[in-house]
Amino acid sequence: MSPRDNRRMGSDLLLKVELPSDPSMLCVVRGAMERLTETFGFSASEVRSVTRAVDEALTNIMRHSYGGKLDRRIELSCLRVSKQQRVPSGQGFEVRLVDYGPKIDPAKLRGRKLDEIKPGGLGLHFIRQSMDIVEFKRARGTNVLRLVKYLQPEKREEN
Amino acid sequence: MLGGKPLQISARLLGTTTVFDITGDIDLANSPEVRKALLSEIREKKTPKVVMNMSKVRYIDSSGVASLVEGLKASRDAGTRFLLVGLSSAAREVLQLSRLLKIFEVFDTEEAALAS
Repeated sequence: MSPRDNRRMGSDLLLKVELPSDPSMLCVVRGAMERLTETFGFSASEVRSVTRAVDEALTNIMRHSYGGKLDRRIELSCLRVSKQQRVPSGQGFEVRLVDYGPKIDPAKLRGRKLDEIKPGGLGLHFIRQSMDIVEFKRARGTNVLRLVKYLQPEKREEN
Repeated sequence: MLGGKPLQISARLLGTTTVFDITGDIDLANSPEVRKALLSEIREKKTPKVVMNMSKVRYIDSSGVASLVEGLKASRDAGTRFLLVGLSSAAREVLQLSRLLKIFEVFDTEEAALAS
């Protein structure tokens, strides 16, 4: 999507990076997301939430979409989105993650019940708890995950 | 800061207890190391009490939580104990989100864990 397309849709591109599907990149992305969400105006707990959601989403892509291969392409874009009438601040932080892996089975995107004590299956749960919008679609041979978190002005003073 | 800390794992033997000191972030890049260290101590060495000092862990992801759960399950199977010490607010938050905090034995200090 071009910057012009983004502006037409009421969004501004804040960051766009392409990274390999190598888990050693996760700490790099977390550092960048932390700084970017701080600058955007989120509270400390919201910064942790968004950073965690992006980290878990990338982990899912690396593990499930690319099956642990280290050299596949992932695109990460962060945008300022607006014109959301139900949100007092009118602003949201959107993250789009694109991968070129095989189509994901929607049944695998539900996560598991939390009343079971077993390892695994928690990543999607963390993402859904952290973000206001979690949308997945298949487009032009890619998997596109869209995550949105809205600014809540009354919470911005929290730490 | 959440990002950018490489993981370090060191072990101390205190009598029949092994204390793991973990420093850095636990994520997909290194949670297999944590899992391997824990399971080796619990399943293979059958150490009666394993304490995981997490006071210098500022980030743990779902794969890290999964490693802790595996360690706990292995200790229950072996009839031994697996304790967590010094959870940072971020680590505690993740365990609360996954509703797993209550299944672990959690202590504020290593002294308290060793005395238990």
